[in-house]
Amino acid sequence: MRLITALTLATLPVLALAQPIDAAKSQIGFTMKQLNVPVDGRFKAFNANIDFDPAKAAAGRADITIQTGSIALPTRDAEGEAKKKEWFNTTQFPTARFVTSSIKPLGGDRYQFSGKLTIKGTTRDVSAPFTAKSTGGQTLVEGVLPISRTAYKIGEGEWADDGTVADAVQIKFKVALNGK
Amino acid sequence: MQIDRYSRPAIAMHWLVALLIVGGFALGLYVADLPLSPAKFKLIAWHKWIGITVLTLAVLRLVYRLVNGAPPLPESTQGLMRAAAHAGHLALYVLMFAIPLTGWAMSSAYGFPVVLFKLWQLPELVGRDEALGDLLKSVHQWLNWSMAACVAGHVAAAFKHHFVDRDGLLWRMSPHAQRR
Repeated sequence: MRLITALTLATLPVLALAQPIDAAKSQIGFTMKQLNVPVDGRFKAFNANIDFDPAKAAAGRADITIQTGSIALPTRDAEGEAKKKEWFNTTQFPTARFVTSSIKPLGGDRYQFSGKLTIKGTTRDVSAPFTAKSTGGQTLVEGVLPISRTAYKIGEGEWADDGTVADAVQIKFKVALNGK
Repeated sequence: MQIDRYSRPAIAMHWLVALLIVGGFALGLYVADLPLSPAKFKLIAWHKWIGITVLTLAVLRLVYRLVNGAPPLPESTQGLMRAAAHAGHLALYVLMFAIPLTGWAMSSAYGFPVVLFKLWQLPELVGRDEALGDLLKSVHQWLNWSMAACVAGHVAAAFKHHFVDRDGLLWRMSPHAQRR
């Protein structure tokens, strides 16, 4: 009983802030291009603390922590490479984080977020539009955030040259929030 | 003895494909074991472009040959040798299609689609599946060694005709007519 109380107390602050997410329908992926060849990847492990009610969008907030070591790329070779020092340096920087600073409605089911994205110890201001669609007690938040990989030193040394691997990377996020 | 020569377009396509096959083969062999680097990405891209060019020329050559035919084999080639010559040429044609196609399918399976000359993304031949990619890679390599054997046989047979039988066979495929 005491254990249950302790567990309840421990999880309560998180539950109070965040809506539970439907992991099966949520995904944080990205597309990069090498010599115009689109290569898709994603992060299999992330924690999303999100509180977003489309009716009160401005009060919404999100804090997402990504395990960089959970990166999935088309081949094992590419995955091994991405974890290296020149890329995500997953040993030294095991997590990447995104925190919203503001959300504003753009009309209809479209919204714009601004926030801070930290990858590999570098923090940059980012902003992008997204959509939020509520169906059957679930809200699907979806959008694309374009970033410059070199701004976060993803791909250092010989990889910093954007002639082979393009600088522009599209982060594609899709989060299904339960409730509302 | 004056023998029938191949037509100019057939000769041009033969030598162009010969050059591309040798170049693409050498490039593939060299790049296969290179560690990941921007240079490797570039060389793989060139290897893929060469392969798709060979495939395109193979289609043209096949159509051209079906429409225009080819000069008959020398009278001296009879029986088993005649059958071997036809089988060898058939094998070369089959491999000119099978090798680029398995390479293309392997690219699709690995999730690194072919973008020809950085301009045109080719459709994916199979779905994403790394294990299938590994299988296709083995088949692609095995077909390439078969091609190497067929080309060696092709060249040896041509030299045997020209230098042992002295029947002037090489003039059939020479850009210049035999001086008389």
